[in-house]
Amino acid sequence: MDYSDKISDVVKKVPPSAIRRFFDLANEMKDVISLSIGEPDFVTPWNVREAGINSLVDGYTHYSPNAGYIDSRKAISKYISDRYGVDYDPNGEILITVGGSEGLDLVARALINPGDEVIIVEPCFVAYKATVAFAHGVPVVVETKPENDFKLQPEELEAKITDKTKYIILGYPSNPTGAIMTKEDLSKIRDVLLKHPDIFVISDELYAELNYVEDKPSSLVQFEDIKDRVIMINGFSKSFAMTGWRLGYVLGNRSLVAAVTKIHQYCIMCSPSMSQFAIIDALKNGLSYVDEMKDEYNHRRRVIIQGLKDAGLECFTPSGAFYAFPSIKGLGLSSEEFCETFLREKHVAIVPGNAFGECGEGYVRISYAASMESINTAMERLAEFVKELKEGKYNA
Amino acid sequence: MVNRMELLKLIKNNAKLCPREIAVMLGTTEEDVQAELKALSDEGIILGYTTQINWEKTEKESVIAMIEVKLSPMRNRGYDHIANLLCKYDKVASCYLVSGDYDLMLIYEDDNLREVASFVSEKIAPLEGVLSTKTHFILKKYKIDGIVSDRNDNDDRQTVIL
Repeated sequence: MDYSDKISDVVKKVPPSAIRRFFDLANEMKDVISLSIGEPDFVTPWNVREAGINSLVDGYTHYSPNAGYIDSRKAISKYISDRYGVDYDPNGEILITVGGSEGLDLVARALINPGDEVIIVEPCFVAYKATVAFAHGVPVVVETKPENDFKLQPEELEAKITDKTKYIILGYPSNPTGAIMTKEDLSKIRDVLLKHPDIFVISDELYAELNYVEDKPSSLVQFEDIKDRVIMINGFSKSFAMTGWRLGYVLGNRSLVAAVTKIHQYCIMCSPSMSQFAIIDALKNGLSYVDEMKDEYNHRRRVIIQGLKDAGLECFTPSGAFYAFPSIKGLGLSSEEFCETFLREKHVAIVPGNAFGECGEGYVRISYAASMESINTAMERLAEFVKELKEGKYNA
Repeated sequence: MVNRMELLKLIKNNAKLCPREIAVMLGTTEEDVQAELKALSDEGIILGYTTQINWEKTEKESVIAMIEVKLSPMRNRGYDHIANLLCKYDKVASCYLVSGDYDLMLIYEDDNLREVASFVSEKIAPLEGVLSTKTHFILKKYKIDGIVSDRNDNDDRQTVIL
């Protein structure tokens, strides 16, 4: 029996991921080089894995407190204080979540009343729009452009603010563009926020440690006068190569954290205990690994930028995360057509830019969380492909 | 400008990289990389470029022994004299002065056990100043210079939408 009409309206209204079909195709093919995956290719550093194992050996197999073990929260508090120069009280201002994604969902449910607007800066991580829609909010899109280095422009943000605007989701360093917002860029956003005292910001900083131009992360939480209105979503997946551990955290004003914790305690209870033990070690001993991984990503980033240049594709120079977002405009194919033909003909998987918002059309996302060997081969094939496209080989 | 430590780390992990590739990875020019490589070589920092080979997977029959050598130091020359003497043998792959129960640790490679035994008894033991030796034959190599021999390079990450 088909129950599809029984599904709730909000869920029905959210379209399935545009790239599902594309990934199904990639999965069917053999010998595909994948530069499509949004997670580190590194395995979690051994000392961190060992800490997780030891917690099991020692019998820590129970629930933790709802907000997370206090030692884990203290470790996070210290790390944020060291890296951002901002203090959060482990008792009441930190909630440990199941990855950064849970945080996005919790905040949406905690803040949105039906009809509230949430400003989303596209192209962006695919979950932003969906979490807002699931919480009966109305996503309002601000587009960013390569001529502005894919940074959010204060005047363009302000133009989208209405009396229904509840919060803005800011995801920098950006998936998919690799753009960052420096302290100076952020200060202009802060000026806008000062004019609109009722608007909150969700700052998704999962990629904060993967910043190739700044030594320490820049964040809106560093501005004392708006800190209370900024909810930071952060985690270990990207920086510490811990995606499968599902561990993130939400930092913010006590009342906001209490609200998200209320939802978390009823829906999730607590985050995985083993992972919470592992991150204590990650924060204590793992930062040197982060630097090593970052150096390696940085090498690959430069190879990708050079490879794209050699292939004749225009690309904004990414400064963070592990993605490049070159333009494929003028080659006669849409993003999806480009990626699908490239996959079929050259066996390299990359992601069409329109998956990250309408303004991502005309671009593709290339992840450099893959071995240098894969990257080199993929770039050679891309150059071939672009040349063949220009010669009209794949014209319908 | 080339960051010397960054360059060394890169080629330590992959000696096959050519200056052009290194230049891209470090965000500098090919000429600068070449100049720095030459300087590193001239200063005796880069000693050579070798390949890590898992001989067990080839037809070559060979044995590797770690030989502990206890010495009595020679007047004015310490341990250097004997160490330098032992280094002259091509089959001595490495030679280290170490702290602890013995003084020199040699890594020695030869065709078979008999050859190793005769090297120890005929070349090392009779040397003046050698007090004793202890020979360990390597049975299996699990990790060589940071490379795990039985590694799995497959990218088995599953596709997720993000």
